Amino acid sequence: MVLIYVDQADGHIKKSGLEALTYGAALAIQMGVPAEAILLGTTTENLALLGSYGISKVHHAGSESLNTMDAQVYAKVISEAATKTGATVIIFSHNPTGKAVSSRVSAALKAGLVAGAVALPDTSNGFSVKKSVFSGKAFAHIAIQSGVKVISINPNSFYIKADAAGTATVETFVPTAQNAKITVTAVNKVTGEVPLTEAEIVVSGGRGLKGPENWGIVEDLAKVLHAATACSRPVADAHWRPHHEHVGQTGFQVAPNLYFAIGISGAIQHLAGVNRSKTIVVINKDAEAPFFKAADYGIVGDAFEVVPKLTAAIKQLKGIN
Amino acid sequence: MKILVCISKTPDTTSRIAFKDNNTGFDDAGVQWIINPYDEWYALVRAIELKEKDPTAVLHLITVGGADTEPIIRKALALGGDEAIRVNSSADDSFNISSQIATIARSGAYDLIFTGKETIDYNASSVGGMVAELLDMPFVSLATKFDLVGNTATISREIEGGEEVCEVSLPVVVSCQKGVAEQRIPNMRGIMASRTKPLKVVEPIAVDNLTAVVSYELPPAKSGVKLIDADNVAELVRLLNEEAKAI
Ligand SMILES: Cc1cc2nc3c(=O)[nH]c(=O)nc-3n(C[C@H](O)[C@H](O)[C@H](O)COP(=O)(O)OP(=O)(O)OC[C@H]3O[C@@H](n4cnc5c(N)ncnc54)[C@H](O)[C@@H]3O)c2cc1C
Repeated sequence: MVLIYVDQADGHIKKSGLEALTYGAALAIQMGVPAEAILLGTTTENLALLGSYGISKVHHAGSESLNTMDAQVYAKVISEAATKTGATVIIFSHNPTGKAVSSRVSAALKAGLVAGAVALPDTSNGFSVKKSVFSGKAFAHIAIQSGVKVISINPNSFYIKADAAGTATVETFVPTAQNAKITVTAVNKVTGEVPLTEAEIVVSGGRGLKGPENWGIVEDLAKVLHAATACSRPVADAHWRPHHEHVGQTGFQVAPNLYFAIGISGAIQHLAGVNRSKTIVVINKDAEAPFFKAADYGIVGDAFEVVPKLTAAIKQLKGIN
Repeated sequence: MKILVCISKTPDTTSRIAFKDNNTGFDDAGVQWIINPYDEWYALVRAIELKEKDPTAVLHLITVGGADTEPIIRKALALGGDEAIRVNSSADDSFNISSQIATIARSGAYDLIFTGKETIDYNASSVGGMVAELLDMPFVSLATKFDLVGNTATISREIEGGEEVCEVSLPVVVSCQKGVAEQRIPNMRGIMASRTKPLKVVEPIAVDNLTAVVSYELPPAKSGVKLIDADNVAELVRLLNEEAKAI
């Protein structure tokens, strides 16, 4: 059986959780075994409807104490469920919760982990999983040699598919009581913006924009596209933009459908964090900027002239005034 | 207080990534090795700051790797730390590496174990969690701020779309990223001192690897950029809409 951990926040299932469901259900079909899900904490979702992602059962450990993510407790609950249900593969998203918990579950069950998978496993000869390595500069195929296997999948690598017929049976799972050692005292969510790692489109600015006061053109473009904003490292280091926008080898790695690089030279460390994007558009006044070599579309020109025109043209396409 | 910082060796960020032996091995010809930036800039520097505040604190560094990792661990010692431990084992499976670290950590009774949020080569983000599990300690991952008062750590950590502040009593394992500390450059005195600091070499315990690399591949090369005239942004919009189907 393939057991999928479905991540949620504030009672709502996350996009990354649905990606994990889709992946796990596809893997179960490939292996000819059932797919089941596990969800922790109270929820406002109708869990039976998760059947449409191709799973037959949802194990719900719905205690309020599980609303706080304590990796130690989460790992104990998920490992216990995996053992009880006889799961042979356990799927997580490689999101913040998944990173903390999948590694613990792997160690608890002595189940080999591939963290950051970008494709379904190859089960034709053993069990190997393709993952992103060298911060996006390459891929590795990693064989898992243990009986039980753990996979965490890179966010934005799998399209969510909900077309299976039928509903899932929802079963309450009561884990052995655990004592959380972590208390959360404050939550600061970025509101009114599209979270960077979940965004389909990312508009990113570099040092070419000269200063924080010029970010309006980036934000306007992002707004018409319902995109997240990002930046290069020197921009975050200079506090022109918040650190959570820094992408690259030492920042966030993103893989949106569409990435706009505005006034960014395309240093190898920057490319490492963005080169899994499906389509890359570069706007730079220097025709020799290395980023053009990694781009699908490019405009050689001054960002301050090109970007407002681009925003206007997209508004026209979308019929926004 | 006893602090242990996990240090990993990674290729320099500018390295051209290439493979050998029919794509089954990493080609390290001409590659410069560095301390994994997350380990160095954040985990190690924050630990050094804690020791500067509390000089009675003991700060040890640990790496799992062959003799070729010694220049890296010396570099780390040049920044700070009392001594280093190298577990003499090839570092090619996260669970094996974590088991080695957990063994040393258990016998050393550390209060605080720091790792970087991930290595920039395998990007697994898994050693911290595995070590914590093997030691049955709490784990706070992706920390962006770390403060300690007495026995209580207050830690900000990344969550999807924001941050969370949490409290936990020591002992704890923490994986560190940007925000926890600011990069430091080693000074001459540190470099000199690092040469005489103890570097203990410990033989590994027997652990079965749970994973193995089968092969590597490079991403397909881009077919080439389509340049659009700066006066014709409408054409770019058309291409993004009709050809790339991205907007
Ligand atoms: C260990 C290490 C890790 C690193 N990690 C990262 C990382 O994670 N992420 C990251 O981004 N960087 C990282 N870097 C830094 C990286 O090497 C580059 O220095 C950085 O990406 C450059 O940022 P930039 O492109 O914004 O600035 P610059 O390199 O200064 O480029 C500015 C660009 O803007 C263009 N420009 C100027 N004016 C205009 C205009 N009016 N209109 C259009 N274009 C204009 C210029 O032609 C130029 O190409 C790292 C470096 C090291 C050593």
